[in-house]
Amino acid sequence: MSVLSVLLKKEFRQIFRNKTILAISFVAPIMQFIVLPLAANYEITNINLAVVDHDRSDLSRQMIDRITGSGYFRLVDYTASYSQAYALVESDKADLILQIPNGFEEKLQREKVQKVFIAVNAINGMKASMGGAYLNSIIASFNRSIVLEAMPTAAPSGIMVTSTAWFNPDMNYKLGLIPGILAFLVTLIGGLLSALNIVREKESGTIEQINVTPIRKRDFILGKMIPFWILANVVFTIGLVLSYLLYGIVPQGSILLLYVFVAVYLVAILGFGLLVSTYCATQQQAMFIIFFFVMVFILMGGLFTPIDSMPGWAQVVTQFNPLAHLIEVMRMVMLKGSSLMDILPHFLAIAAMAVVLNVWAVLNYRKTS
Amino acid sequence: MMHASMGTQGKRPAHLSQLLSFVRKEFRHVLRDRKTLLILFGMPVVQVLLFGFVLSNEVKNTQIIVVDHAKDQASQALIEKIKASHYFTVVADTVPQSGVAAAFRQGKIKAALVFPVNFQNDLLHDGRNTVQVIADATDINLANTIGNYLTAIITDYSRSQQPALAMPYVILPEIRMLYNPELRGAPNFVPGVMAMVLMLVSVMMTAVAIVREKEMGTMEVLLVSPMRPALIILSKAIPYLILSFINLLAILLLSTTVLDLPISGSLLLLLAESMLFITTCLTLGIFISIVTDTQQTAMFVSLIGMMLPTIMLSGFMFPIEDMPYPLQVVANIVPSRWYYVIVKDIMIKGAGFSAVWRETAVLAGMAAFLFIVCVKKFKIRLA
Repeated sequence: MSVLSVLLKKEFRQIFRNKTILAISFVAPIMQFIVLPLAANYEITNINLAVVDHDRSDLSRQMIDRITGSGYFRLVDYTASYSQAYALVESDKADLILQIPNGFEEKLQREKVQKVFIAVNAINGMKASMGGAYLNSIIASFNRSIVLEAMPTAAPSGIMVTSTAWFNPDMNYKLGLIPGILAFLVTLIGGLLSALNIVREKESGTIEQINVTPIRKRDFILGKMIPFWILANVVFTIGLVLSYLLYGIVPQGSILLLYVFVAVYLVAILGFGLLVSTYCATQQQAMFIIFFFVMVFILMGGLFTPIDSMPGWAQVVTQFNPLAHLIEVMRMVMLKGSSLMDILPHFLAIAAMAVVLNVWAVLNYRKTS
Repeated sequence: MMHASMGTQGKRPAHLSQLLSFVRKEFRHVLRDRKTLLILFGMPVVQVLLFGFVLSNEVKNTQIIVVDHAKDQASQALIEKIKASHYFTVVADTVPQSGVAAAFRQGKIKAALVFPVNFQNDLLHDGRNTVQVIADATDINLANTIGNYLTAIITDYSRSQQPALAMPYVILPEIRMLYNPELRGAPNFVPGVMAMVLMLVSVMMTAVAIVREKEMGTMEVLLVSPMRPALIILSKAIPYLILSFINLLAILLLSTTVLDLPISGSLLLLLAESMLFITTCLTLGIFISIVTDTQQTAMFVSLIGMMLPTIMLSGFMFPIEDMPYPLQVVANIVPSRWYYVIVKDIMIKGAGFSAVWRETAVLAGMAAFLFIVCVKKFKIRLA
């Protein structure tokens, strides 16, 4: 036990000695945590619209006013032809084209049905389908209002849909994102710190010195892991406090449950870092491997794009992605108030990963040393 | 001293041969370390390919729950209609409403659809009724998309049940999706992922290049050699530039064949722009290498410091024009933000140089600025 405490003292001294590393591993994530959620804004209010109005009637003008008055669209230009409007889309000045055909008002009176043509820049599928849906519903509501004007007795008919947003009634995009960003930062710091540390001892040759001492492997590895485990927990705690102070997020579920899960999760991630370090000879290799996996973890973690939207095989892969479990559990406990029973499958998965990764790392470490 | 005696004519070739021999030396360093080389070649290509397949915002087989208080013909018909679409999987129906909250908390479902009692009767007698869609808004993207899809299916069904007679005037919007008619994820995400991966990998490759020599003490040797700082910097960057070029070719080949994303514009222009972008990022890496003292610091700056900002500020996850103004300014100094626009324009839209000259100028300016700063900073260390 005393060997372990001596090792811990050594590791902590090394960590606190290097002020630059300490500053980067605390200040950079905290800055990002404060600033970057502001980038996430899917309340799309700046859809640039180009209008080609071949009709130039009262009705077409009313409809355009209704659209621009909705607050979602910004009228960029009235163009005389579709090809001019298309050029605006090509140069990214417009996202959407609305084309109203010649004789729109007159034919609507006569033939009862008229088409308007909408073209959407669909490279960003998300923005395109949202923009298209907004425009559709504004035109539908405009349609209803002109019907009511013509026949005041006509009541709206058909099946109406009302939407309710649970767990986030204001549809605040940041609410869903912040727990995920915190999960990512804790993962990146824990994984990178533990992977680089042992490789550095390898690279500088100091690991040989430790190998010839009577220090047991178990103590050596615990001595490496415990400081990073504590550091990552500190970052996590700062993140929780900041998300309350800055964004008013109060965990709906048990904070204790959250900490218990993160405690096990960090053992898994530190074990992963350790595993990477046993396979690498230089710090550069370890950095690239950690980069590769953390990037895969975050982009396949369900934070930026839903796991449901991934192909079937990828959804199976995400079962083995520790970060996907953490992001889901953070959202469940913090926003939905899920209980231990609710998150049990994730808990078991993470516990299994923690065991497998650490055992694998220790076995592999013995072989190479 | 030696150079002066060789006269002005001999100066350039002398520098050139110096540079070449240094480039050769750096190349040998890179090639000798087989494991790192394998990582550097395989990693970016695998990432772009993987993320090209995986990233998408489509809704498919999303699990929902149906609470059918009516259980009449109309509600059943509508449920069948929803089941028939490949967008949703109904995991359970006719539960008591209290089960909905539990299902959400267990993370089993993403949305619930609630039919009121007398669903059909209301429709027959009043001509209207209401369905409630409850979405799990902890993922706003998904909640919005699910809401849109369900509304579209229901409206469609409603329209098919009661033809035009109810509406004296009908304005039918006809929507065409330009460039990406099937709304696939790849046309948006592949350029974004390319920008992000190439940038981070390029920065990380050179970030340790000079600081490693400092750490190992070989820097002294380099400094007493007649090499100029600019040439040392160039010789550090060139092997990685060539390596990145090969990676780039592999990425483009795979995105054309495997991801089914042909290059609509000029391949030559795309390659040239890509090399400019990679040069900018390699120079940024060298800058990090010059201002840091240890490899670990350089790695922390280039990975912890840059990874998340690059993902979030490149513009392909979150549109830059919707960000708050100060953040737009920050996004503008992220090189991948400009390259993403360039790739999207050339590769997907098939635009020419006239469409991307501004972005090109910004990248070239960044590269020149970083290079000058590197040379200046490097000299200070020499003194």
